[in-house]
Amino acid sequence: MIQETLQNYSEVRKGYFGKFGGRFIPELLVPALQQLEDAFEFVQQDLAFNTELDDLLKNYAGRPTPLTKCKNFLADTQLSVYLKREDLLHGGAHKTNQVLAQALLTKHMGKTRVIAETGAGQHGVATAIACALLGLDATIYMGSKDVARQAPNVYRMELMGAKVIPVDNGSGSLKDAINEAMRDWASSFETTHYLLGTAAGPHPFPTLVKAFQKVIGEEAKAQMLEQTGRLPDAVVACVGGGSNAIGIFADFIQDEKVRLIGVEPAGHGLHTQAHGATLLKGEHGILHGSMTYVLQDDDGQIQESHSISAGLDYPAVGPEHAWLYASGRGEYVGVTDAEALQGFKDLSRAEGIIPALEPSHALAYLHTLAKETDKPMNILLNLSGRGDKDLQHVLEEDKKLNPK
Amino acid sequence: MTNRYQKTFEQCKNENRIALVPFVVIGDPDIEISIKIIKQLIDSGADALELGIPFSDPIADGPIIQAATIRALHSGFKISNLEKVFNAIREYNAEIPIGLLMYANLVMHYGMEKFVQDCAKWQVDSILIPDVPAQEAGLITPLTKKHGVQSVFIAPPNATPETLEQVAALSQGYTYLLGRVGITGTHVDVETPLTDVVNKLHEHNAAPLLQGFGISKPEHITQAVITGLDGAICGSAIVNLLAQSLDAGDELTKTLFKLDDFMQSLKKATYK
Ligand SMILES: Cc1ncc(COP(=O)(O)O)c(C=O)c1O
Repeated sequence: MIQETLQNYSEVRKGYFGKFGGRFIPELLVPALQQLEDAFEFVQQDLAFNTELDDLLKNYAGRPTPLTKCKNFLADTQLSVYLKREDLLHGGAHKTNQVLAQALLTKHMGKTRVIAETGAGQHGVATAIACALLGLDATIYMGSKDVARQAPNVYRMELMGAKVIPVDNGSGSLKDAINEAMRDWASSFETTHYLLGTAAGPHPFPTLVKAFQKVIGEEAKAQMLEQTGRLPDAVVACVGGGSNAIGIFADFIQDEKVRLIGVEPAGHGLHTQAHGATLLKGEHGILHGSMTYVLQDDDGQIQESHSISAGLDYPAVGPEHAWLYASGRGEYVGVTDAEALQGFKDLSRAEGIIPALEPSHALAYLHTLAKETDKPMNILLNLSGRGDKDLQHVLEEDKKLNPK
Repeated sequence: MTNRYQKTFEQCKNENRIALVPFVVIGDPDIEISIKIIKQLIDSGADALELGIPFSDPIADGPIIQAATIRALHSGFKISNLEKVFNAIREYNAEIPIGLLMYANLVMHYGMEKFVQDCAKWQVDSILIPDVPAQEAGLITPLTKKHGVQSVFIAPPNATPETLEQVAALSQGYTYLLGRVGITGTHVDVETPLTDVVNKLHEHNAAPLLQGFGISKPEHITQAVITGLDGAICGSAIVNLLAQSLDAGDELTKTLFKLDDFMQSLKKATYK
């Protein structure tokens, strides 16, 4: 059955994953996306581009990142947990991988300015890094709610020369920042590249971002084989827009025996309205250029999402995850704010590694997995970022949850 | 089958002028007032209506239309109100072409086919989905063909010749010619020469050309006449006028009076 769906999957129309994906944006932006698609296809075969990117990834960003077997975390269970250490990448999250690639693409297309949206601020920081390095002008749109909860990252971006524009419209979070970036792009595309931060949005972004994030899974696969002699039983990652998850899943999709588990933010609980569990609770729809699952009300108006982690606070999801979910190849689960907070603390205490709140969702899910299994399992988990940016926020959330 | 757009464009030609098409957001500031505003637009000489459906995330719209959308949604606009609105308009005027502008997610959520069927039932003439470009037209055109509703596509100034050819082939009722790049609004006043795009569209026998974006004063309409277009859509300037009048606490009659005044000034400019 899965074999059959995988077959269909590779035959579908360009830019589509099954029936998901596509390019649902104003006609005005079609040429800019076509230009990007052409440039992307060109550089994939281009030796000079790949040499330059590889050099940046290795000698600037710090690839390959290590694979760390946990010594204490869940050591009393059947799980052996291997962390793919994207937290050690320059910038503090996996975002840097594909941002360096898109920044090089920007130069290749002869554009001089970059715009980007950011939620947690990690994509904004990665964009500011790449633009400082490569001499590009950076403007970052960030929801005003996120500007408040991720203050250190705002300062980081500004320090590296990026202009941060707070967005007040709507919920003041990631989706509104994307809206504003798209509006900017509608008049600036001649000179400006929209450096989208996740594997979502109109074609070619989901394909392009995956292409430049799949290095995570390729490295991890080789490292798992080297350290354990076999493939992992499950690959686990948090899902916001879906870039770190697709990055680590990509090289395992054809390995049917490997479970692919995406962890969505369940916020205050899946039974409430306050979550960002798009696949589990959303419906088919179109947002930000892509046919996918979308959180929406009974009228089709987009619902505001909620998550303790700004990076997962998004009411849509990349179309390839929509396909993995609908086809049954991927499993998707929800983890609440409170559980994620506990995951954050558990890993810090057990391993001396402070994770970002986003992958803390994935970490927290392992408790459930440990309870379910009666056999030993090797787990590959994408530790997509480090938690420094979240310290202030966690301190405040802690006070709310445990008032003295 | 009677085609309201054809009749309208013919009439304009006979009167030696181009068509004036106002755009407002349905439900702004609420359903009742919005219906009165639309009736006023008809009385003030609108040749066709372009009506926006409020959507939470209008990526092609600037601050003025965004604000109108928020007013409508805050006043409790629901898609189920549409039937009442169209019944009211059709009762008032059976001849005026009605074009709907609605973002893709709303149409999908309603059910693509059901929506097109209902448009036919409500005597809506055309549907424009701003986030469905020509290359994704397959989502909607088989349905609009099947149910006899016209689907409108956008021709931007930066489109490739291939896209313009596609748009010319696809767009029915009229062709939405983008006067400039960017989002909706009155803030930019750029002069994009449209001649090349217009020639290309004419070459491919496109449906009559209505310029949207960049029409906020009579001079812009004069320019559209000179360029040889078939009409002009004025949106943000009208929506802004309504918003300012509401903000100033005007009585509705005064707001409608101001609206009429502005419409008359635009209408004058439509004559060749
Ligand atoms: C550390 C980290 N992990 C995960 C995410 C979620 O994004 P995605 O689903 O694209 O990986 C973010 C987003 O900001 C992030 O900063």
